Amino acid sequence: MEHIAIIGNGIAGVTAARHIRKQSDYKITLISAETEHFFSRTALMYVYMGHMKWQHIKPYEDWFWDKNRIELKQGYVKTVDTDNKQLLFEDQSHLKYDKLIIACGSKPNKFGWPGQDLDGVSGMYSKQDLETIEHYAPNPEKCKRGVIVGGGLIGIELAEMLRSRDIPVTMLVREKSFWNGVLPDGESQMINKHILEHHIDLRLGVNLECINADENGKAKSVIVKETGEEIECDYVGLTAGVSPNIDFLKDSGIETGKGVKVNKYLETNIEDVYAIGDCAEQQEPTGNRPPVEAVWYTGRMMGEVVAQTVCGRKTAYKPGHWFNSAKFLDIEYQTYGWVFPKRHCEEYEKHFHWRHPEDNVCVTLSYHKDTRKFLGINTFGIRMRHEVFDKWLSEERDIDDVVKNLKQANFDPEFFKTYEKDIYKSYKNQLLVKA
Amino acid sequence: MTGRAADSLNAQQKIAAIIGMVGLLILGISAFNVQLQPQALWLTLSLIMIAGGVVWYAKASYAGTEPGIKNDGVFFKSISSRGFWAYLTGVGLTSFYIILYFYPEYLGLVKDGENTGIIALFDPLSKALSGNPASQWFVYGTLYTLVILAFGIKFIWKYRHSKYQLIRTISVMFFQTSFAFLIPEFMARLNGDKLNLPYYDLKNIWPLNYYNFDQYRIDAMISSGDIGIALLIFGLASIFIITPILTYFYGKRWYCSWVCGCGGLAETSGDSFRQLSDKSLFAWRVERWVIHSVLVFVTLMTTAVVYSYLKTDQYWLHGDTFLWAVGILLTLIFAGVMIFKRDQFKKDAKIGAVAYMVVILALLGLHAFQDVQLFLFDSYKLRSTYGFLIGSIFSGVIGTGFYPIFGNRVWCRFGCPMAAILGFQQRLFSKFRITTNGGQCISCGNCSTYCEMGIDVRAYAQKGENIVRSSCVGCGICSAVCPRGVLNLENDSLNGRINPKEILLGNDVDLMDYVNNSKN
Repeated sequence: MEHIAIIGNGIAGVTAARHIRKQSDYKITLISAETEHFFSRTALMYVYMGHMKWQHIKPYEDWFWDKNRIELKQGYVKTVDTDNKQLLFEDQSHLKYDKLIIACGSKPNKFGWPGQDLDGVSGMYSKQDLETIEHYAPNPEKCKRGVIVGGGLIGIELAEMLRSRDIPVTMLVREKSFWNGVLPDGESQMINKHILEHHIDLRLGVNLECINADENGKAKSVIVKETGEEIECDYVGLTAGVSPNIDFLKDSGIETGKGVKVNKYLETNIEDVYAIGDCAEQQEPTGNRPPVEAVWYTGRMMGEVVAQTVCGRKTAYKPGHWFNSAKFLDIEYQTYGWVFPKRHCEEYEKHFHWRHPEDNVCVTLSYHKDTRKFLGINTFGIRMRHEVFDKWLSEERDIDDVVKNLKQANFDPEFFKTYEKDIYKSYKNQLLVKA
Repeated sequence: MTGRAADSLNAQQKIAAIIGMVGLLILGISAFNVQLQPQALWLTLSLIMIAGGVVWYAKASYAGTEPGIKNDGVFFKSISSRGFWAYLTGVGLTSFYIILYFYPEYLGLVKDGENTGIIALFDPLSKALSGNPASQWFVYGTLYTLVILAFGIKFIWKYRHSKYQLIRTISVMFFQTSFAFLIPEFMARLNGDKLNLPYYDLKNIWPLNYYNFDQYRIDAMISSGDIGIALLIFGLASIFIITPILTYFYGKRWYCSWVCGCGGLAETSGDSFRQLSDKSLFAWRVERWVIHSVLVFVTLMTTAVVYSYLKTDQYWLHGDTFLWAVGILLTLIFAGVMIFKRDQFKKDAKIGAVAYMVVILALLGLHAFQDVQLFLFDSYKLRSTYGFLIGSIFSGVIGTGFYPIFGNRVWCRFGCPMAAILGFQQRLFSKFRITTNGGQCISCGNCSTYCEMGIDVRAYAQKGENIVRSSCVGCGICSAVCPRGVLNLENDSLNGRINPKEILLGNDVDLMDYVNNSKN
């Protein structure tokens, strides 16, 4: 019986395992150094915040793996011997495979800051990171202040976590406005304001110079590069993005760049070795998608696809229209299609932006200025229907049509205040007149 | 995980808690027959302190915060994570229910005499409303309503970003205050020479109201002329006509989380315990067997009780005709469902349905053709056993007393026969579902954790599948706590309502078609 080994029990690896099991009787081994069972990485923050316990963030009950004959192996893969098709573990044990799926995820970026490896410094990615945070920042008595380096999605989540325990937080953000490498200005500014509403000390346009240690080798303060200011703290979170966690593949012969290089079938340069999820680097990325996508659902989709290929039905990874979602403290964010901030915009991309005068609600729609083709939408504080936008993007609707029918896409709960009329009115005043 | 311990009450919360406790203490003192005079003043003071304490506590907890989800520290606090305070509260509530149901004399109930103790304290209010002295049920009803109102305000504060939660909570507060509390008291005031209406909470529908068709109530209604007959017809129409229609359009939530008193108490005072429900597959199996067994029990019991007085032939309807009607009705429902909806049943549901059907028909047959006592037991015995086991122990002592241990909907989930009927309608013939938003789910588990009915919502959401479950009461909290805007309660067409998927929206279109269809 063929043996499929999967390195990594995150969403990508687990989805691959589940789909391979559905279609085959192969022996499946799911390998992780992090945890015994699959958990939702995106939910780690809620364990620290006390919304859930560890058991709640495991999407499958513990009997699931045995019942579906998915073997779980806890161990750290040190090297991959592709010639002999075997894995060598840190504890010197071996595992033979017939096909290997690499789904080992990411690690937090560190840019060589002095002090980045001190005690009391961590990313916010793994279960071990969570334990570090719990240890150094359990409450405001033990942690007088937490400093977070880097804006972005994980940074704001970490800020929310620490605030949930009343720990004062300073955020050092390189950009002039929060996440403005991704968000258009109006939206970014609304989030800036909301961060301040949550009593987070947001410092924009600054970088970390270094982290200072106390006599025990624990972080005690950070120095801000631009101002030289020293900020005392008991914990430092490094959240300046993530990158593929592929150091262990160095001498394996598997071709890597930023991540593990794969073709559109998720195959690496070595036969019977595949890579999926955060650690894969697409050599032919689809549309505007970046070569490395560290997103929950792309990990899941690659898992769905690679299972087909492994089970003999060779299938290319063809993600559909881009979509994503996040939550910035109390503000929900969804996006469908592409809305780029000004500095990344193609010349043809134009925006229509609407923001509610008081509520934390806004939308930005992007469109082609000549053809008026609808390109994408960002929404804050309004839930939208994925299915409808997927359809509209496929049908290449024009912007007028989309704004006019926006209500059809609304996914807010019953009785919620609706904004579509205001949006349409504002749109007519701004754009239809000129058209 | 250590977290922030439960010590972090702010000053206002502490004062509010003390005020509420003192309010309770006044009731406690009165139980020991300390004469608190004037009663009306002390009662008013006590009730205002209890409600005021709760409301002030809520204000101190939520008023200074941004609108949004307020679940920080839920699993660190003793009361909401089965800690010391949870067990203490559980023991306290359980004891209260045991005294209320079985030893009302300790509350001050005196047979054939003036009330004493707590009940006496409530006499002025009862007399003002219905003209009669208070009973233990009046005390319970008053406190119940007060709790729903006070904790309802807390709930609204907590979920103030959600208009659905706001309106739904106002609805349960309204139905409790008017239908359950005030209207029956006023009805009692109307009673006199011509009118002899039984105590009737109009929204309390059989089989939740398992005694609605007891002989004394039927006699009382019949003897009260047109109004009485109207009430009787309304009681029958409620379960056989109104309920299926409303459930068809809106799902069982119209009742369970908008109208029902048990639901109202669970949603308001029980909100802090919703995360304690068991989400395991095992619990779901147990749930299906237990709740449907209670439904069978209440059906048999009611049939036996009604038959016992109809067979005396003093009524318009004859006993045997009634039995035949029950048999035919059950057979029709069973046959209809098995013919048209059998593909929607799990294996154990089919086995259970067939087994129970065979047993009921066999018992009816034995009685009709062999003259064996209907359902083998004396109807009075069935009635008192049901009242004891289900009416008191299950719905009261366990259902509410164990809120802090098993969660706030134990009764609704495992025991309520009304919920079983509504759930049956919801699963098979309703436009209601919780829609999953394409591929946005991140499997975080907030929805499942905060589902008071123990539904593993995430298991559906991460498969892009709509949630169509008989137990769902449509409280809407899964949708509220979802950080990615994935879940939405909707009423829409029956077609495509149940839509299992293996590949979610967003991946290769051909692959979606291939995998999703090859499974069916």
